Amino acid sequence: MADKKWMPRWFYQLASPRWCYEITGKLLPLFVIAAILLLVTGTVWALAFAPADYQQGNSFRIIYIHVPSSILAQSCYMLMAVAGAIGLIWKMKVADMVAKCCAPIGASIAVLSLATGAIWGKPTWGSWWVWDARLTSMLILFFLYLGIIALNSAIESERTAAQSTAVLALVGLVNIPIIKYSVDWWNTLHQPATFKLTERPAMPAEMWVPLLVMVIGFYCFFAVAMMLRLRNEIIQRERRSSWVRDLIAG
Amino acid sequence: MSFESFAEFIDMGGHGLYVWLSYAIALVVIVINIVNPLMYKRHIFTEQARRLRREKQS
Repeated sequence: MADKKWMPRWFYQLASPRWCYEITGKLLPLFVIAAILLLVTGTVWALAFAPADYQQGNSFRIIYIHVPSSILAQSCYMLMAVAGAIGLIWKMKVADMVAKCCAPIGASIAVLSLATGAIWGKPTWGSWWVWDARLTSMLILFFLYLGIIALNSAIESERTAAQSTAVLALVGLVNIPIIKYSVDWWNTLHQPATFKLTERPAMPAEMWVPLLVMVIGFYCFFAVAMMLRLRNEIIQRERRSSWVRDLIAG
Repeated sequence: MSFESFAEFIDMGGHGLYVWLSYAIALVVIVINIVNPLMYKRHIFTEQARRLRREKQS
């Protein structure tokens, strides 16, 4: 890899498990503080101060969990596929580890998205679950996460496990645009996207500003959960190297 | 504030169960994602420290 000088320096640093361990050690407290601040303010704002929806009343407040978790479940999947691809192409160990750590976090966030969706569906649509395009494609996302976790744990060799899961993650990537456009392509009960890059949200600022706070807070929480898992994975795989021995001997 | 009293806040206009259940599940998911890796970290460190001691003895 050393002869490919056209890649920026940080890319090679990122490839070093030791450097990653050190940098995440520095970043972790910052993200912990950011996540706590954002999620606490966001939750208080969402539950007590945001106005009730004129049609749905207060059940609308579930949006402040449902939308951030749905966005995060998909972002996490994309990160997993991209990290898997980097691992496949450049044989970068840290990328393999990131991809592996994404799966359990993503699966739990997808459960949160599906559960809050069902809970919100009951008072709004009168049913916990409908076989609607958006709901079904989100359920498939959850099954993809489960498949990736199962495949990863079924293969003994770390390298082969990483390669196989990366391929599965990349194939499953096709589901992401399906989730996104499911509300446009099919007749669906589900309402269209809350945040779009090209338009202002179709709700007043008192409603979407706390939602944005929650979305950013969820991303910070993801960063924390990711770094905690990644650091474990690094220690686990580099246990025979001298720097980890020194770290453990303390 | 969008609520007149604390009781109204808990009731959420009759949707209290749905709203509070959603937030409770979110809390559980967040806590699991933090506690699980922290416990695993402790496990790895004690395991590896034991291994290092064994290697030193032999």
